[in-house]
Amino acid sequence: MLDVLVIGGGNAALCAALMAREAGASVMILESAPKEWRGGNSQHTRNLRCMHDAPQDVLVDAYPEEEFWQDLLKVTGGITNEKLARLVIRASSSCRDWMRKHGVRFQPSLSGTLHVARTNAFFMGGGKALVNAYYRSAENLGVQIRYDAPVDALELDGDRFVAARIGSERIEARACVVASGGFESNREWLREAWGQNEAGEWPADNFLIRGTRFNMGVLLKFLLDAGADAIGDPTQSHSVAIDARAPLYDGGICTRVDCVSLGIVVNRDARRFYDEGEDFWPKRYAIWGRLVAKQPGQIAYSIIDAKAVGRFMPPVFPGEKADSLPELARRLGLDERTFMETVDSYNAACRMGDFNHEVLDDCHTEGLEPAKTHWARPLDTAPYYAYALRPGITFTYLGVKVDENAAVHFDGRPSGNLFAAGEVMAGNVLGQGYTAGVGMSIGTAFGRIAGTQAAAAALSGSRGQEEKTLHPGKEHAAA
Amino acid sequence: MQQLEALTREAASLAHPALPPLTTDEAEVDRVMTICNACRYCEGFCAVFPAMTRLLEFNKADIHYLANLCHNCGACLHSCQYAPPHEFAVNVPKAMATVRMQTYSDFAWPPALGALYKRAGLTTALASAAGLALFLILTLLVNGSLFHEPLAGDFYAVFPHNTLVLMFGTVFLFAVVALGIGVARFWRGVSPPAGPDTGAAAVEATKNVLALKYLDGGHGEGCNNEDDRFSLWRRRFHHFTFYGFLLCFAATSVATLYHYLLDYQAPYPILSLPVQLGIFGGIGLLIGPAGLLWLNIKRHPMHGDAAQRPMDRGFIVLLFLISLSGLALLAYRDTGAMALLLALHLGVVMAFFLTMPYGKFAHGIFRAAALLKSAIEKRQPNRLGLGD
Repeated sequence: MLDVLVIGGGNAALCAALMAREAGASVMILESAPKEWRGGNSQHTRNLRCMHDAPQDVLVDAYPEEEFWQDLLKVTGGITNEKLARLVIRASSSCRDWMRKHGVRFQPSLSGTLHVARTNAFFMGGGKALVNAYYRSAENLGVQIRYDAPVDALELDGDRFVAARIGSERIEARACVVASGGFESNREWLREAWGQNEAGEWPADNFLIRGTRFNMGVLLKFLLDAGADAIGDPTQSHSVAIDARAPLYDGGICTRVDCVSLGIVVNRDARRFYDEGEDFWPKRYAIWGRLVAKQPGQIAYSIIDAKAVGRFMPPVFPGEKADSLPELARRLGLDERTFMETVDSYNAACRMGDFNHEVLDDCHTEGLEPAKTHWARPLDTAPYYAYALRPGITFTYLGVKVDENAAVHFDGRPSGNLFAAGEVMAGNVLGQGYTAGVGMSIGTAFGRIAGTQAAAAALSGSRGQEEKTLHPGKEHAAA
Repeated sequence: MQQLEALTREAASLAHPALPPLTTDEAEVDRVMTICNACRYCEGFCAVFPAMTRLLEFNKADIHYLANLCHNCGACLHSCQYAPPHEFAVNVPKAMATVRMQTYSDFAWPPALGALYKRAGLTTALASAAGLALFLILTLLVNGSLFHEPLAGDFYAVFPHNTLVLMFGTVFLFAVVALGIGVARFWRGVSPPAGPDTGAAAVEATKNVLALKYLDGGHGEGCNNEDDRFSLWRRRFHHFTFYGFLLCFAATSVATLYHYLLDYQAPYPILSLPVQLGIFGGIGLLIGPAGLLWLNIKRHPMHGDAAQRPMDRGFIVLLFLISLSGLALLAYRDTGAMALLLALHLGVVMAFFLTMPYGKFAHGIFRAAALLKSAIEKRQPNRLGLGD
């Protein structure tokens, strides 16, 4: 019988498979996607947030545990689990040699990403290169890999894993790691989670999925229905305001629109609704998806003037361009009068200081609601550009509750041989919000833990099996 | 929609009459680079992506430059989240290869012969056939037969030295002039303003050419061939080919110097400098092309432009035949087959010289120019302040 079955094919799944194989277990990976789409959301990632106490190859300065923890505490608003979060943070400081061993290569931070040169280690070639390296290493180590293998159900004996089912096929294993992602590709589930708003709209119908098209949440749903303890809010997710013209799935990084902090953002009613200059865009982009989701029609428009051109990462789609603001409003189909009121009152409220988009400068508005607290400069230089924005969901945070051994919990008790890693359990650490690269930190840390624990559970053999039967709940101390 | 985009481009080009509208292949590079510039994950692989980040839009000259800077290593294709089957269908190596070929053809001199690139495989084959026929017939005319009594390796007994110098000197000079004019026309379009560090830039570019820096994958593990695995074999086989070729060229150059300066005439003994250079170069020029051909045949179908395979393979085979015939000539120069082997060798060498300005050989010259621009440009401040 197979020792460890890994369900999923992204970073967490691969980390689990590699660790389990290194521990001597026989391992099979079941990736639901075909080979050319393998890797889930990991193919769209680019870096890993890393704790480090001193400069480390591509990472400059230091990023101590406490600072990482405070950053995480801040973005999640405290909706996190300190024990698990610190475990991820510590693991992030020491995992990169192991990653290199399996072929992952790092590079200095990319152009236009200076803000994360200290905190994030970039994968050379991005996440797909990382995924490729892990698959190559897994193949070399003799991990069995199956593509087009969507598991639709598990066979459980109480809280113990027995087998996985793909249609009528049954795959038994001594232990299992579920690393099959969130449910963001499942439009029906998103619709149900977000429900109807006061205006009678179904907001999720207007969401785009930045991530993979294969995360249907089948196993997440199965586990929750089977009595696994849930964690997280189904409406919480990594949600970015992206170009409204982005593809429905797999838009990835290039669909972002980085000019928000250099101009203003108005909704369908041509009114502003949030401080565009609250903080550096990379620290704020992950809240704007949700902000736009709460606007009528789930759409917003980032408006800039010619002064901003060349000061932000080039967008993938050209902006709507006009030589005057009223013309721009007409092109966008916005009410021209309201739009001009919004822009005029913003322009009048701007208090110019020393504009510098590379620091939190002193250009701000006065007496304007909502305020723009940095980089506030009047929109007065033609041509003007507009980019329509939609919420772009990368991954959802609803998941299964786990402990420090990545064991899935049923009624508050950890399973002896069923583990979870990656986005299917990221909600344990990320209740809301996001900070760049932390998804990969969670996936790598818990993937590696889950793989180790699954191998230990599988290899502990029949003696271990008896002990577990005699002393339920104690197996983790032993493992 | 595509039609609309084409019209928009045309309108934009009309507004800047200096730049003619983009061709379909150039428009594809523009489209792909616009996606890449919003992503940038591949920045560490090579010089193309850092050069791209200095631009917000890509005009014709930018596109020619980037296309020739691309070494077709394949790393960005296998790492690309937007590669087919993604609807963005990003394939940088292919888009670049297609435009590269177009630049060789567009900048060729005389312009009418630029079309030869489009059938470069056929051109090489025909040139080879013509070269071989020419020298076999000449041998028959001069010698009366392809075989003869052993002449102790004296090939000037078959073809007088001055005849060979005149024939090959003329063709070689023409090839150098034609290539020179072509690359000068390319350079006029892409040349960056000279800076104070142009000397250092030239040194760096030379190193990058001689070391094939950008076939190292950015991490030193090499480029891709049949799949996402990295390998240094393409670089190694190219080194065998390139340095083998240079040694053979050096052998001929040394022999020419012996002839004119020292009045020391061929045939030279095995241990003489020209023959030693020729033997080592020739062995390199057997191993290199054989390896490159093997890699080319196993190459992932999405790498580069499949339509250029005949050009690539024709060139590789020709180099191999030059070396093979040269070494055979050396081995059997004391036998009655010397004239035949000499005719074969001279025929393929002639074919090589004839097709130099209209075939794969051009890639080295154009790429060196692009690498020089890259080295100059990166020493100049980036005008964009994209912030972070």
